[in-house]
Amino acid sequence: MSLLPLTFLLPLAGTLILALSRGRLDARASAVVGVTSVGLSALVAAWVGWRFLAGGGQSVGITLWTWVAVGDFRPTIGLRLDGLSLTMTGVITGVGFLIHLFAAWYLQGEAGVRRFYAYMNLFVASMLLLVLGDNLLLLYLGWEGVGLCSYLLIGYYYWTAANGWAAFKAFIVTRLGDVFLAIGLFWLFRELGTLDIGELLARAPEVWQEGGWQPRLAALLILGGALGKSAQLPLHTWLADAMAGPTPVSALIHAATMVTAGVYLIARLHGIFELAPAVLTLVGLIGALTLLMASFAALAQTDIKRVLAYSTMSQIGYMFLALGVGAYEAAIFHLMTHAFFKALLFLSAGAVIVSCHHEQDMRRLGGLWRRLPLAYLGFIVGGAALAALPLITAGFYSKDEILWEALAAGHGGLMLAGLVGAFLTSLYTLRLIIGTFHGEPQSDHARDATPGRGLAHGLPLVVLAVLSTFLGAWIHPPLAGVLPAPAEGDETWHLILEIIAAGVAILGLLIGAWLFLARQHWLAERVAGGWGARLWWLWNRAWGFDIAYDRLFVRPYRGLVRGLRSDLLDRLLLLAGWLSWALHRGLSGTQTGKLRLYAGTMVAGVALVLMVLVLRGG
Amino acid sequence: MTLFWLILIPFIGGLLCWQADRFGDLPPRWIALATMLIELAITLGLWFHGDYHLGNVGMAGEALRWSMEWRVAWIPRFGIEVHLALDGLSLVLIALTGFLGVLAVLCSWHEIVRRVGFFHLNLLWILGGVVGVFLAIDLFLFFFFWEMMLVPMYFLIALWGHSGSEGRTRIRAATKFFIYTQASGLLMLVSILGLVFVHHAHTGEYTFAYATLMQTPLSESTAMWLMLGFFVAFAVKLPVVPVHGWLPDAHAQAPTAGSVDLAGILLKTAAYGMLRFALPLFPEASQAFAPVAMTLGLIGIFYGALLACGQQDIKRLIAYTSIAHMGFVLIGIYAGTQLALQGVVLMMVAHAFSAAGLFILSGQLYERLHTRDMREMGGLWGRLGSLPGFSLCFVAASLGMPGTANFLGEFLILFGSFPVAPWVVVIASVGLVLAAIYSLLLMQRVYFGPPQGEGIFADLDQREYVMLLALLGLVLLFGLYPQPLLDTTGAAMGEVQRLFGAVSQSTILPMGIP
Repeated sequence: MSLLPLTFLLPLAGTLILALSRGRLDARASAVVGVTSVGLSALVAAWVGWRFLAGGGQSVGITLWTWVAVGDFRPTIGLRLDGLSLTMTGVITGVGFLIHLFAAWYLQGEAGVRRFYAYMNLFVASMLLLVLGDNLLLLYLGWEGVGLCSYLLIGYYYWTAANGWAAFKAFIVTRLGDVFLAIGLFWLFRELGTLDIGELLARAPEVWQEGGWQPRLAALLILGGALGKSAQLPLHTWLADAMAGPTPVSALIHAATMVTAGVYLIARLHGIFELAPAVLTLVGLIGALTLLMASFAALAQTDIKRVLAYSTMSQIGYMFLALGVGAYEAAIFHLMTHAFFKALLFLSAGAVIVSCHHEQDMRRLGGLWRRLPLAYLGFIVGGAALAALPLITAGFYSKDEILWEALAAGHGGLMLAGLVGAFLTSLYTLRLIIGTFHGEPQSDHARDATPGRGLAHGLPLVVLAVLSTFLGAWIHPPLAGVLPAPAEGDETWHLILEIIAAGVAILGLLIGAWLFLARQHWLAERVAGGWGARLWWLWNRAWGFDIAYDRLFVRPYRGLVRGLRSDLLDRLLLLAGWLSWALHRGLSGTQTGKLRLYAGTMVAGVALVLMVLVLRGG
Repeated sequence: MTLFWLILIPFIGGLLCWQADRFGDLPPRWIALATMLIELAITLGLWFHGDYHLGNVGMAGEALRWSMEWRVAWIPRFGIEVHLALDGLSLVLIALTGFLGVLAVLCSWHEIVRRVGFFHLNLLWILGGVVGVFLAIDLFLFFFFWEMMLVPMYFLIALWGHSGSEGRTRIRAATKFFIYTQASGLLMLVSILGLVFVHHAHTGEYTFAYATLMQTPLSESTAMWLMLGFFVAFAVKLPVVPVHGWLPDAHAQAPTAGSVDLAGILLKTAAYGMLRFALPLFPEASQAFAPVAMTLGLIGIFYGALLACGQQDIKRLIAYTSIAHMGFVLIGIYAGTQLALQGVVLMMVAHAFSAAGLFILSGQLYERLHTRDMREMGGLWGRLGSLPGFSLCFVAASLGMPGTANFLGEFLILFGSFPVAPWVVVIASVGLVLAAIYSLLLMQRVYFGPPQGEGIFADLDQREYVMLLALLGLVLLFGLYPQPLLDTTGAAMGEVQRLFGAVSQSTILPMGIP
């Protein structure tokens, strides 16, 4: 167990080596350092995980040092490994390693590889601290750390101002959520007197009553943080723009790991949410709304990465839905399978993008399936898992579990939203694949696409493709005892629901095939004008949240800044100086040296004084 | 006597620098560097060999305990002494002064080319004055040093400063700085004298001794007025909105070393003054005043952040961020819990490092680009070697990224203040978002976007690299392992908390009802 800290120390060492090398490492050496550190970290994680499972799955903790000690406030730098954090660690280091490897191919010939790997390694280290930290302050360190890395990697291609602003937006919007989380920490510490997660969960039911306002407030504040990080309504607007980063970044941070941190957080603090059932229902509701909103938005995107971004939002919506109905295990299971197939989809998209000279607009791609067979395979397998094709894909098992447990817990409405979402998912997945790989190539870039070569390109795609099939679903996260068991239900209904869900997914594919292959001209005409165009506009802009936020928050803020720019309060104080100056000018103006004026003033003054005296005397 | 030497060394070093000027530019620089290194070494020696746990401090009324003390009579007729004393808080702040003093000398190495000797005289005399402020516990002596810091700072800005845009000349900035601090200092003098006279009326003896004056019985309104005199003086120096106007001008126009000293140390004398004098001398009045002070802190956080967003001059931007950060310090001081007070100490140290880092960086930017206007920057990331990377780290510290000392400082303050003033903390937390906005705006405007020109500027040289790395190392060290610092100041802060915090439970709460 003493090896556990190495999982985050190795990537951290990678960052330090890369950051302090001051240009002594070339691109190749940087890639080697970056990939090796995460690879070793994955090996350590595997060893630790094996020992953990062999030891019967007992949760183990290791405290490195006391971070701060002032009175009762004693958060530590301490790690805790249990089934939940092991699952997350496996996903982060395993999928993370594959993505790091793929990035070596993706970034061939680009400048700044050293910077890229320094950020990526730092990200892995922070993410591991987030999931392994045994207290909320350390979790918060990881939480902000991944936010910073996300910011840096979105803005990786810094010479385009828009990328920088996308990164800026991502950081600010998530930080808005983080403020809620921070206040949540203040509240929890004040009420429960500790930040240690184990103690918090033990103490909460002793101090608080179920349904009381204190746990409700705590849960709401934590939820605020989770919504920002996991791009759920209403703090979701940053994720689509975050696609400005290199595609491996989107795969790792904005699909597989960081954006699911909110799901982890709620699952980790489930004891507090259990005490606030109303908030838990809200979690499910937000998940359902987000998954529908994002699915519609995904239907009307032309950038392949933006389709995947909205699809990520909607899949995380499924996880939130699962959390909301108390199906924590299902949520984490879906988190894992989603990490596999969404990473696969993003990496395949990356393969397409590099092969087509950084063209990522579907309208200028097409017909690629013959030229890029491996990427096509990745899209087919990943897309099938995303659409939850029955029996053969990993996504089917996890999504089905979510729907079933929603029904079993008596949330029929949420289950229905999930089914509608499943239908939409099939539709946009098919649209994505057909638009990218079928039909005629729409541009020169697509016509002379050259497939990627080499281990760094092939291995990650193949491994992730295997994990996206039912083989991936065989990995069952060892969550028993960590998370509460879900509601039980009638197994016959489960079978019926499975059949319905499978039917919906296939129906979506059939209708999609009919729409996008047979009736594509009809569809294009509908979209060109009238209601179709309006709907397209609305979905393309993801229901106009950005526009509304711009009007409501960004512009007033900028107005305020502009109004205050010259430091009004300072000017106000300067009035005092100005006044004495004016007084000085006025008085010194009377000193003219003209004798007649002096005499005249004196006489007038004497006359005035006499007049006053006479009048008062009379 | 060691304590007295701590003050004397910078003054003597300054005189030597001035005289060494006749042998060329280098001797003054080396003498100044050596002086500050000796100062730092002595302080660190005191730190390692001293005991700052102060034993079991008893109930009120018992004599104050210091880790070191030194006194000689100065003007016996009025009970004025040269009375110096050291505890954990002053030790930490003096060590900080020594360290930033070294950096201030180093970062002027190439920047200052005119009247080098006289420059270092002023620089070292500022630092000597600051050390005096941190050590003096005779109120008259304290006031003496408090005024003493101003004059060399005035010259530093007026003689070696830069002229800014829109008619902001360095002379104007220096004058503004001087008038603000001088006028507020006079208020403090009035308060000090008032306190001494009240004490005289009660006991028939004149004294300026801190420990004795603390026992002076004061009526409620007298205490409030006297406290306000101290508060205003410290508020101007901290600075608290709306009396912050001197800071952006002084920062923008000062040479780099001046900005480093201003942000790193001079602002801290104000917080130190509140912790050492305003709170312990007038605990009831301060407690009653706390809501107002906290509100002023909140205004500072928001006002500073909003103005930082609107600046085009990079040094003005950093100056306004200081105002925002000091808002947190003010809230922490007046929350008065042990956790918040320890957070204040950490925040002061952290802000000294991060602001010094940012000012040094903007000085280096200026040396390369010859502008501080961010409209003329942009896309510099790839053209400045490792400078942008350091900027990123210090910007991250400034926005309170966990792992840096700034985060712990802010969060200890917020955690500590939450039980006392939950709504203040909730509103202050929103300031964290604003901090992210102005910090990242700086990154965006300076380093991101399309490059404005061809060519690559000089990378950091060894001197610059080591300076920044040392600062960054300390920011991270105290962000991950602040305990040595907190243990040193723990007893001193416990003392403040005892004097100030005890009031909140016993006297003020019942009195607050009618």
